[in-house]
Amino acid sequence: MDRRKFFKASLAGGAALATGAASCPAQARDNKSLPPEALGLLFDSTLCVGCKACVAACKEANGMPPEFSTQDQYWDTPLDISGKTLNVIKAYKHGTLEKKDGEENGFAFIKKSCMHCVDPSCVSACPVQAMKKDPKTGIVSYDKDACIGCRYCVAACPFGVPRFTYDSPTPRISKCQLCVHRHKDGKYAACAEVCPTGATLYGTVADINKEIARRKALKPGEKTQFPRGRLGGPDQSYPGVAAKYLDHTYGEKEFGGTQMLLLSGVSFQKLGYPDLPPRSDAALSETLQHTLYGGLIAPIAVLGALTFVAKRNVKPEDEEGGHHG
Amino acid sequence: MADHAHAPRPLGGNLLTPFTLLLGVLAAIAAAILLYRFINGLGAVTNLNDGYPWGIWIAYDVVVGSAFACGGYAMALLVYIFNKGQYHPLVRPALLASLFGYTLAGVSVIFDLGRWWNFWHIFWPGYAQVNSVMFEVAVCVSAYIVVMWIEFSPAFLEKWGMKDVKQKLNKLLFFFIALGVLLPSMHQSSLGSLLVIFGRQIHPLWQSGVLLPVIYLMTAILLGFAVVVFEATLSSAGFGRPLETKVLTPLSKIMYWLLAAYVVVRVLDLVFRGALGTAFAATWQAFWFWVETAAFVVPLALLSTEQARRSAAKLFTGAVLLMLGGMLLRINGFLVGYMTGDGWHYFPSFAELMVTVGIIAFEILAYIYIVRNYPVLPAAQPATR
Repeated sequence: MDRRKFFKASLAGGAALATGAASCPAQARDNKSLPPEALGLLFDSTLCVGCKACVAACKEANGMPPEFSTQDQYWDTPLDISGKTLNVIKAYKHGTLEKKDGEENGFAFIKKSCMHCVDPSCVSACPVQAMKKDPKTGIVSYDKDACIGCRYCVAACPFGVPRFTYDSPTPRISKCQLCVHRHKDGKYAACAEVCPTGATLYGTVADINKEIARRKALKPGEKTQFPRGRLGGPDQSYPGVAAKYLDHTYGEKEFGGTQMLLLSGVSFQKLGYPDLPPRSDAALSETLQHTLYGGLIAPIAVLGALTFVAKRNVKPEDEEGGHHG
Repeated sequence: MADHAHAPRPLGGNLLTPFTLLLGVLAAIAAAILLYRFINGLGAVTNLNDGYPWGIWIAYDVVVGSAFACGGYAMALLVYIFNKGQYHPLVRPALLASLFGYTLAGVSVIFDLGRWWNFWHIFWPGYAQVNSVMFEVAVCVSAYIVVMWIEFSPAFLEKWGMKDVKQKLNKLLFFFIALGVLLPSMHQSSLGSLLVIFGRQIHPLWQSGVLLPVIYLMTAILLGFAVVVFEATLSSAGFGRPLETKVLTPLSKIMYWLLAAYVVVRVLDLVFRGALGTAFAATWQAFWFWVETAAFVVPLALLSTEQARRSAAKLFTGAVLLMLGGMLLRINGFLVGYMTGDGWHYFPSFAELMVTVGIIAFEILAYIYIVRNYPVLPAAQPATR
């Protein structure tokens, strides 16, 4: 008696689960693709001189407070991005520091700010749509009025980008939004606008990719023109000499691609950028969730089976304990 | 089974004892710390940082806390779905512990939310983001808390003499019981799925990808059984009642085989992902992995015979070890194995720990209050004394 019911219950549950599992291949999702008018940044480490004009301009454009890391608190000296800092320049140093862009006995500068992933973990993780990716420009923006402050985005981002203001009773997430609030005035990302060497360039990802291809085709030491500010904007280019680039363009394949792309002479892992697989974590996470819960098909099927079994096993008696095994 | 002798009854007795007083003081300390936290922000009382944005208030209070509260779920699954009626006397006390465990896990999320006044956005169309694992967890846990209060309401309705309502509810109870089995199956597995999107930030020993929901669900049920054994032993000692070995021994047999299945799944997952090698590195992660593994494997040896499962001491030891193992699996996954790069450290502050302690104290206090005043525990049978 018992055994038969047990068997039936198992069978019903199994069938329901199988129904749910069968609907999975249709819902498995790949990495998302680049939005049609994707905007982004090109950071060329070989052009960066470490002046940090971009850090100061970012603070001003976004109304962020200064942050101090020295004893005398004279000026803004952030060491990393934080709740008060959306963009920093960090230095790589090795040995005698003789050679710029050299891994051995050399140094290099690297920018850290939001990568504006093609398939961002923060957007997938956020339970309340406070993190959004613009369907046209692909800019990943944050809405504090929607945010519940759960910090799942902070934990999920493989680049460690969204930051949080833990010291405030009304905290918020801080991250680069590519100065989207300045676009209506015809302005663009402040970091690119002020960069004196064009190490940080603003533009469409299509234009950025063309510029990357052009630079990589140059021979080291070859004379060329380097644009500044905004690709496709007024000509602010200046003559310079091509450096020796790594083959690797960071952000081209990593994590399903990013809209900030990086060129360098020093390996990106040495510059503090993580080694990431080509598949985004969001793709796997959402595939799993949609397989289990897509259209609520599996949960409803399982609930049906459970209700059927429970109806038979739960006796609506007033006195509890009336069940005989 | 002698039905009437086993029907649940209020225990009565004195509520104010040195033990309950201590629990009350601990709960009050936690309340004071939380007040300070809401005025001054999370940073004022916690050691949270951008490398470890989640601390023990999430990893323990919510993830472990809700798994410890799976007794009601595990027993409902056994009694009402697999029709093992002989375990029926264990359902109500287990459900009560689950009710408090879950309600407090749910409430304690608010303590951790930075912008807590917006928490309702999760349930609101236009804000709710259905691709988020956290959305599934939040909605499902909230729904389960409501369902559990409905499931448990016969105990209150009995006490308040609302016979009509109780009878009407009884007719529909089977549906709430079915929901009460479905919902924890969903969110307990999803608590594991939360880690999928962390990708390589989770140490390979705990980044099981699509198997995370399976691993978390199996251990949630396992923990449910272990907690029932644990609570039955403690409440028999604490309230001077006979230990129900007659039901606990066969229950632990089911627990034993589920444990065996879990260990097989866990090991195969590590082998097939090629992660097992990292367990032999000289790292903290490897160390805690072995502590976790021991906590699962020792009960496998300890409770392997029917005779061992009749021993109250061995049952209790096995249950405690399993609870430790389930807790470590979660703490390891969410904190020890969470690696966001060099330079980040987290260990809970004293204040953070005191809040967690206070929540547990409040839970025990509420449990004692309810079983003394409402019909929850089965009346003791003098014959078995």
